[in-house]
Amino acid sequence: MPDLSEKQQKEYEEYVKQITPTTSLAKNMFWAFVIGGLICVLGQIILEMFLKAGFGKDNATSCELIILVGLSALTTGLGLYPKLAKYGGAGTLVPITGFANSVASPAIEFKREGQVFGIGTRIFVIAGPVILYGILTSWILGIIYWLGKVLNWW
Amino acid sequence: MILGKASIKFDESPYIQSYASVVGKKEGEGPLGGKFDAVIEDPMFGGDSWEDAESRLQAQIAHYTIRKGNFSTENIRYIFAGDLLGQLIATFFGLKDMNIPLFGLYGACSTMGESLSLGAMSVAGGFSECSLCLTSSHFASAEKNFRFPLGYGTQRKFSATWTVTGGGGVILGKKPSKARITGITTGKIVDYGIKDKENMGACMAPAAADTIYQHFSDFSSKPQDYDKIITGDLGYIGQTILIDLMEEKGYDIKSNHMDCGIEIFDKDEQDTHAGASGCGCSASVLCSYVLEQITKGAWKKVLFVPTGALFSPVSSNEGNSIPGIAHAVVIEHA
Repeated sequence: MPDLSEKQQKEYEEYVKQITPTTSLAKNMFWAFVIGGLICVLGQIILEMFLKAGFGKDNATSCELIILVGLSALTTGLGLYPKLAKYGGAGTLVPITGFANSVASPAIEFKREGQVFGIGTRIFVIAGPVILYGILTSWILGIIYWLGKVLNWW
Repeated sequence: MILGKASIKFDESPYIQSYASVVGKKEGEGPLGGKFDAVIEDPMFGGDSWEDAESRLQAQIAHYTIRKGNFSTENIRYIFAGDLLGQLIATFFGLKDMNIPLFGLYGACSTMGESLSLGAMSVAGGFSECSLCLTSSHFASAEKNFRFPLGYGTQRKFSATWTVTGGGGVILGKKPSKARITGITTGKIVDYGIKDKENMGACMAPAAADTIYQHFSDFSSKPQDYDKIITGDLGYIGQTILIDLMEEKGYDIKSNHMDCGIEIFDKDEQDTHAGASGCGCSASVLCSYVLEQITKGAWKKVLFVPTGALFSPVSSNEGNSIPGIAHAVVIEHA
């Protein structure tokens, strides 16, 4: 039984797809909405509390983000965030808590390999692409915006 | 005796002198929990990193296997051992204090088949009085090595398998015992082009089918000749594929096929999705339940086929598919 031709590989892939159970999209979307939504509600509550306490809007937002990121790092360390993500999926990935989780978890995992070669080089192993392409995209948009201004498009 | 295209039938079959299995807490809570020699609750095994934990696990397996058969380290001529980590660090650091000549092996999760094959050849060929064959895997060190940090929140697909924390060891020698290895069929690398690293069963099943088919034709045997045909870690999806592929080749193995990856966990209670995987999966099930059945004589002849998915994060990122390999070992009650 040598390796397959491209057509046979396609057929095998198709067959594998057929017999592999899939997750229910509707159920996943429901839980992502509920859990992601609850994280956002929590953020909103924190924000309102700081606004009530007399903080300005910018300061209150910063405080809210710091608390959410802190909570996410804490629950990552306690092993709770992955348990939540099991149900939350994109709902735990998209809010800022997901980003914090993706930075905190490699920091914990690679700590044993040292401050520099462990944490230092690996901390952005998951978040790195988001940061890199996030900055690149905003840079490109900035150029377009600047061009538009110079050429009087807007 | 050389047989067919890829097999050996031993004229003087090596006997299994001792076997032992050591597993982690989750495996101990599974359906085979009572059958392992040791269940160790501490996932760190007293170490201070996941790699250190697996090294200690591997050392424990070696010690249990040696002690259980009333051997001492001086009696062992060769060790054939491997694990899943880069550069086999669990094996090398775990066994370095044993002072025994060692062959480090990598066959992904098929390593127990590879080590038993080579160990049996060394004994049957008269090059070793006693060879120790062992492998291990650890859930956390495997996740770190191949996937994401443990604390990272992701969803696992239904087709994903759970790496076993544990392993097993076998000492092969000439002294008669209740079980022996009478033949081997060495697997080829088989690539059906699957790239989904969360469906290892689909990557490995064609390799298992290839090796089992080759075995039947080399030995002129048929499925009914074996009480069990035991694959390593195909899981539920891989099992379905294997049975279908064998049926296409004209063999019905439905009634006597068993997969270690299906046996070791309760998939509903333990939330392990498609089953278990890792070199420790087939090794720990072999060195507990399977060899117990063979020694008792409940099973007279078994075809043990550990299966490996030759996955590397590097080759996968570079766009390569995940080939599979499987090695068959015939174990008989004596």
